[in-house]
Amino acid sequence: MVPISWYLIFAAALFCIGLFGVLARKNAIAILMGIELMLNAVNINLVAFWRYGTPRDISGQAFAVMVFAVAAAEVAVGLALFISVYRRRRTVAADEIDLLKW
Amino acid sequence: MTIDQILFILVAAATLGAALLVVTSRNLIHAALWLIVSLFGISIFYVFLNAGFLAVVQVVVYIGAIAILMIFAIMLTRRVADTPGPRFNSNWIWAVLISVVLFGTISWIISSWPGINGTKPGLVEAFDPVQKLGVALVSPEAYVIPFELASVLLLAALIGAIIVAWERE
Repeated sequence: MVPISWYLIFAAALFCIGLFGVLARKNAIAILMGIELMLNAVNINLVAFWRYGTPRDISGQAFAVMVFAVAAAEVAVGLALFISVYRRRRTVAADEIDLLKW
Repeated sequence: MTIDQILFILVAAATLGAALLVVTSRNLIHAALWLIVSLFGISIFYVFLNAGFLAVVQVVVYIGAIAILMIFAIMLTRRVADTPGPRFNSNWIWAVLISVVLFGTISWIISSWPGINGTKPGLVEAFDPVQKLGVALVSPEAYVIPFELASVLLLAALIGAIIVAWERE
């Protein structure tokens, strides 16, 4: 039997790898991939707490479904933004998209 | 060590290894393919946790839609996908530091939590999580409003993505 702490440590490791990707990568699409990893880590936690804590009550899974929907919306808008930026500025490097910086 | 634990360690190692390759590989297409491996590993975790519906949704939505969308976006911005320059920005050492410190902090908090060795309560035979989730998502006492809001959000994202990516003139 796998104790819950294994799931929590695994999710923490996945979250930190995603965080590293978000903070360190130059390419904006790679940053979005890091965000996906972080959202998945959160989902693992939600489902693990549901299964080990209150399996009679379905809230954990319902929350995970909401995270799925929000992640899909976020990726669709984010990638559309990057394609639009690429068309105008010929780059998707996050440090070159500095139009709003002063 | 039971068979459960061996399987857990194998899948966790594969998922974390693929995730590391996602954030470090130079070629973005390779990163996207490793992302698919990682997401598939997570769907196996959902199976371990008796969340079969989420495992299927993970494959359909994350791998079938999100990862493919990413590959499309990478191909549309192809010129930068394999440029020789550095793949990390100049602050990457800080990013490593922050990630490691955060992981240490979370592990320390988890290890000091009293419920750490909690084991799975058994599911009764008659209990069907998929049916329960389906009812909860459309029942007024449970999650019908967030469910409908999610559909509005997805519609807004759909229209927003079309408008943002529209090629004018």
